[in-house]
Amino acid sequence: VCIHRVRSCSSIRFIKSKYVCVFDKSALKFSHQQRLFRTSAVSCGQIVQFKLSDIGEGITEVTVKEWYIKEGDSVSQFDSICEVQSDKASVTITSRYDGVIRKLHYSIDDIAFVGKPLVDIEIDASKGVASEEDVVETPPMSHDEHTHQEIKGHKTLATPAVRRLAMENNIKLSEVVGTGKDNRILKEDILNYLAKQTGAILPPSPKAEIIPPLPKSETVPAAPKDKARKIPVPVSRPIVFSGKDKTEPVTGFQKAMVKTMSAALKIPHFGYCDEIDLTQLVQLREELKPVAEIRGVKLSFMPFFIKAASLGLLQYPILNASLDENCQNVTYKASHNIGVAMDTEQGLIVPNVKNVQVCSVFDIASELNRLQSLGSAGQLGTSDLTGGTFTLSNIGTIGGTYAKPVILPPEVAIGALGKIQVLPRFNGKGEVFKAQIMNVSWSADHRVIDGATMARFSNLWKSYLENPASMLLDLK
Amino acid sequence: MVLQPSLKNCLGLSCVLRTPKAAFRSTAGGALVIQSVSDDVYQNLAVEDWIHDHMDLEKRQVLFLWRNSPAVVIGRHQNPWQECNLRLLRQKNIKLARRRSGGGTVYHDLGNINLTFFTTRKKYERMENLKLVVKALKALRPQLDVHVTDRYDIVLDRHYKISGTAAKLGRTSAYHHCTLLCNADKFVLSSVLRSPYKGLKSNATPSVPASVKNLFEEDPSLTSEMLLDAIVKEYATQHQIDHHITLINPADETLLPGINNKTKELQTWEWVYGKTPKFSVSTCLNMVYKDSVLDVKVNMDVKHGRIEVCNIDLPEQWLPPALYSKLVKSLTGSKFCPNETTTLVTTLLRVCPQDDELHSRWNLLCENMIMLM
Repeated sequence: VCIHRVRSCSSIRFIKSKYVCVFDKSALKFSHQQRLFRTSAVSCGQIVQFKLSDIGEGITEVTVKEWYIKEGDSVSQFDSICEVQSDKASVTITSRYDGVIRKLHYSIDDIAFVGKPLVDIEIDASKGVASEEDVVETPPMSHDEHTHQEIKGHKTLATPAVRRLAMENNIKLSEVVGTGKDNRILKEDILNYLAKQTGAILPPSPKAEIIPPLPKSETVPAAPKDKARKIPVPVSRPIVFSGKDKTEPVTGFQKAMVKTMSAALKIPHFGYCDEIDLTQLVQLREELKPVAEIRGVKLSFMPFFIKAASLGLLQYPILNASLDENCQNVTYKASHNIGVAMDTEQGLIVPNVKNVQVCSVFDIASELNRLQSLGSAGQLGTSDLTGGTFTLSNIGTIGGTYAKPVILPPEVAIGALGKIQVLPRFNGKGEVFKAQIMNVSWSADHRVIDGATMARFSNLWKSYLENPASMLLDLK
Repeated sequence: MVLQPSLKNCLGLSCVLRTPKAAFRSTAGGALVIQSVSDDVYQNLAVEDWIHDHMDLEKRQVLFLWRNSPAVVIGRHQNPWQECNLRLLRQKNIKLARRRSGGGTVYHDLGNINLTFFTTRKKYERMENLKLVVKALKALRPQLDVHVTDRYDIVLDRHYKISGTAAKLGRTSAYHHCTLLCNADKFVLSSVLRSPYKGLKSNATPSVPASVKNLFEEDPSLTSEMLLDAIVKEYATQHQIDHHITLINPADETLLPGINNKTKELQTWEWVYGKTPKFSVSTCLNMVYKDSVLDVKVNMDVKHGRIEVCNIDLPEQWLPPALYSKLVKSLTGSKFCPNETTTLVTTLLRVCPQDDELHSRWNLLCENMIMLM
């Protein structure tokens, strides 16, 4: 008796039990035309050779280009198995069965033949029959509603496992929105449907449903004469999260960051923070912005911060130095190549503006524009990203006030700039006025820099920014 | 729909019925013609995916019309390094997309129109579709010498390719799409489709180069609009439907639920580059260092777009062995991508001994390596 006849019987389960006594193992001969149930308690099922079906246009052979599965993987019906190509047509081959892949008959770039076996799939006998046709049609059962559904004139596509789940939970497949290919209903869709009904996240396997006993107060009957409180206690179901952890190797750029940050950790950091009143600078920038725009450059606050830092470094060159590996020598770098931390898709990259000590504020702004557009296009070159001597990180554009920046070796100092906030402050006359306040957090290498130096540098930098006119005096 | 010339001039060709998306679902008849309002290649490819995955083509076939701003589109199983000049693409901000259908590499710009014929798997028939296009062209300009080749190309004057074809077959549905060169920039086309990368060995589907010509060059009175119109007219006639184009917005999540995820997926590095079949790079870097030229042999295996194996044959002690080993170890597993490699090698430099000579050698080697990507 082959599978086709099975469909005319009343119930699949019924058939299984019926055949237990009729057949014994030795009588079962494997044939790819017929699929018979192995009814023993052994867990492995039938191996079926899934053949490459007709592609159309008279094509007899194709090239296997990609496998979506490997031997040992479980597949459901309609899952993609592989991608083959024939004469400019790419074809996705999907599985006809639920089961486990036991053998791939071809490797990548092999020629596969229509009508010949593509993969061997071990069908789990207990999971039920998959028919020859593409649409699963289980025979009408007493639970008609649950299996043989039609939505908008289409047969509902769902694997037998999903149908069983629906039936066990008394769900009409027609009420479930399918999110799989061709609107196929997936197991997740049933679970989501159920979750919506009960307002809870259900355990993945319906059999594991445990309804804990109701709290005692509910079980005590409220006698009419009692003033018993009738607080409805929600029935709690065990909340199970069915997400999976995802492990990925650390590669490429991330690996390099790991090395850099591990090296940075070896530097004894100390921090120094302060508050800068940028009221005057804000006004100055407003005046200069249109001038820069006419020249085709976007002017932010950074060019001012960078130039002021460079002026400060002229007075405190130790902050623009580098300590060698053995802490034997300190090299005072002549160029002020000030790095600007940039947040990109990949993560933190730090291109630097070269020789700030000989650049005007406008030059710096122009160079920043160039670096920013290259950075967002992912086209920064090696020279843009190497040779930095000092770094500023404008984390304030994203948010935050104070930070604890990490020094980027081989540098010895770094500054993190918080966001500019409008806050009330007292002026010289004791009056409250609106001030534009920004916080700065410096970190420095305590092996070569002491607190006093950092504080004096910060004060100088602060004074340039709070009184932008004073920058004019010291500009080179 | 034949219009008087004067009427045509006043209204432009947009007087061909174009209805908003409300009609998308309710159009009667055995076929539907839709046109994308977007020129973003990823959005348009996502529409193809969406229709392929979600529309019931049994009752109704679909013709989808679309055009893209400058982009290079490679076939499903191709190698972008082999097919085009990636450096030039990046410089000129030309997008790179990988479609889901097979076939070769094409250059799209607004002077090229794309047609996608959606049918059920059983009704998949490329020759018929191309004959339809040729028939439409001849109806528009009877003197045009165009015909379909057995490679599913359309050629003009027996010599110039004006259309290429590719197809995708799924379980129940299929689509056949083709290009049509109306007025594309041939200069950009030929420069971007020429790969500068040497020493690549792979089993990826190669493209077959062909001489191309724009229909506009043959007959300057032709515009993309006219060609689209003629094709839609022929399609409508053959499918016995109204000459009626429904406009769709590929960003409309209510009309096309899930479309934005499809668009995003098509833009990921994993799809565009990561789906490249395994290939190897075997080449020689000619590095000029201090008045001498160094020949450095490089061998790399790239799988899923990532460097699986990397060998650089440097003169002994040119780089300290520890440093060389650090470089190779970091490159292994990393994306075969200039941006990724640049950030990787420059970051690594921070934890190398601070020696100018060493740094300049490192930078020279890395820059040359990056040029291979």
